Amino acid sequence: MLAFLARRLCFAAFLVFAVSSGALVLARLAPGDFATADLGVRAQSAEAGRLRSRYGLDRPLGAQYAEWLSRAARFDFGESMLYGRPVRDLIPERAANTAVLALAALAVATLIGLPLGVITGSGRGGLPAAIIRAGSVALLSAPPLLTSLFLVFLAARTRLLPVGGMGGSTGAAGGALADFVRHLIVPAAALALPLAAMFERLQSQAMSETIAQRFVLAALARGIPWPRVLWRGAFKAALRPVASVYGIVVGTLLSGSFAVEIITSWPGLGRLMLDALRYRDVYLVAGCAAAGAVFLAIGTLMSDVALALVDPRTQE
Amino acid sequence: MTTRRVGAALVLLAAAAAFAAPALAPHALDQRFVALLNAPPTVPRLVDDRGAWHLPFIHPWRLVNQLEQTYEQDRSTRVRLVWFANRRLVSSSDEARAPLLLLGSDSLGRDVFSRLVYGARTSLGLAAVASLGAILLGGTLGATAGYAGGIVDDLLMRASDFVLVLPAMYVALGLRSALPLVLDAWTVFAFLAAIFAVIGTPYVARGVRAIVRTEARLDYASAAAALGAGHARVLVRHLLPAARGFLVVEATTLVPAFIVAEATLSYVGLGFPDGVSSWGTMLHEASSIRAFTDFPWLLSPAAAMFVVVLGLNLAFQHRPPLSQA
Repeated sequence: MLAFLARRLCFAAFLVFAVSSGALVLARLAPGDFATADLGVRAQSAEAGRLRSRYGLDRPLGAQYAEWLSRAARFDFGESMLYGRPVRDLIPERAANTAVLALAALAVATLIGLPLGVITGSGRGGLPAAIIRAGSVALLSAPPLLTSLFLVFLAARTRLLPVGGMGGSTGAAGGALADFVRHLIVPAAALALPLAAMFERLQSQAMSETIAQRFVLAALARGIPWPRVLWRGAFKAALRPVASVYGIVVGTLLSGSFAVEIITSWPGLGRLMLDALRYRDVYLVAGCAAAGAVFLAIGTLMSDVALALVDPRTQE
Repeated sequence: MTTRRVGAALVLLAAAAAFAAPALAPHALDQRFVALLNAPPTVPRLVDDRGAWHLPFIHPWRLVNQLEQTYEQDRSTRVRLVWFANRRLVSSSDEARAPLLLLGSDSLGRDVFSRLVYGARTSLGLAAVASLGAILLGGTLGATAGYAGGIVDDLLMRASDFVLVLPAMYVALGLRSALPLVLDAWTVFAFLAAIFAVIGTPYVARGVRAIVRTEARLDYASAAAALGAGHARVLVRHLLPAARGFLVVEATTLVPAFIVAEATLSYVGLGFPDGVSSWGTMLHEASSIRAFTDFPWLLSPAAAMFVVVLGLNLAFQHRPPLSQA
């Protein structure tokens, strides 16, 4: 187990290193730099020259990369040109917002998707099960981009929930936390709905396969009531497909949260990354990529460990 | 089986609409009705207010409030629809006063329905070309890895595993923004197709590799080799056909992902330039709370996307999407 863990940790470290370096190099190689993006036509002026030398943009890529790397090893990720603040100060708040959004969506999707999957997979659901099944097939065709557009439309139309402008002094009752939660509902729901549909489908399939097995029949023959067989025995035995999908879900969540953050104006990592890319703010791009890679690394690590605990064969 | 037919019908409908866009669209792509900015849809009718039946007609819109862009129907006038005039399927008989706006008009006074069917060409075309590219590239790499084995296999599969871990949307975003931000439409099309193809490649390559590896151990493969077939012939004529079914299913999961990826990139302003009509650029122009609340017909590209993705899912059902980009 320890060797397996060490190997996976090495991969996680490599992931963070490779992704942030790749992002820095890619952003640096892109045509134009922060001076041209920020100053536009005045990019040839002395002001642009000062900007470039201040942020080290006038040095060759290799030298710039080497210096960034040696500083990053000491947790100094340079200064954002767009915001004029150290990248290290900018990232945590945004990363926390993205993490909250993703975790809330994951929790909601799991809590909705799994029980519904048990109902539809039990084969005794009747009409409700048919409706749930149709609903989740429809939702599987609505990626977060579409669900967030639709939910923002609903929210703006009914004026029940706020969209964007979090932290503004709108006189919201209940203080900052209530404001945060009210703004979280639309993006989290947009991200959670397609995921819940995917969980429902997976769990449903696994349930119907499990129920066909003999131990279920044996349990029923021993007089254990059907709901108990369904929700205790069969449910647990059918959990493995969903558990193994949790690993790829981290990437899915990050991808999906990008569209959701932009459309619902959720101040997360995606929005920051987009601004950084647009303004060629190379250090901020690298910082955002590193933060995203840390999320990925944690996610894959956790799912690897979980799978290894469930199924020892994955340790090779 | 019926759901499959419905799904296939939806996909065919969208493809046909894209193909026949010039005949189906009542207006040219850039035709503007400056007196009808953000006008609501004109619904074709058969019965007038007094209950009398007519050939299909529409009521013209009358501007009520210039500032808030609210309109009301002029129910006293009927404008007949004409069929097959000017090589268009249907249009209004009085284009200047009452154009046929089946899905309303946008903030520049352009017909949303016309832009939607032309946009289907861009969006669906891009997704189709990109999927084809991913299938070709992924098929080649996967087959090579599976057939050659050894270090080639190791390297290719490690690389594809690494790409698979990354969130696809961010990879697309990063690659796109490494290119010049302002480009002409065809260059954007080519670049986006190439980027999407590269992102889709690992998904295809992994599956093809697994299939080729198993098939290569079967007797018919060694029989073909014993009869004097070279490596290339064994691979292309004998082993790859086994992956056909997989490739079809894979293409149907890639196409929706690419449609959505184009829409997301264009929505944030890193896709097609504003002049081009694609479902993403249309959504980009509708990206304000005002548009969401007051002019919901501007969101029709989202509905179109949903219909196409639903059609593909229904037609080739029962596989959760690999990546929801």
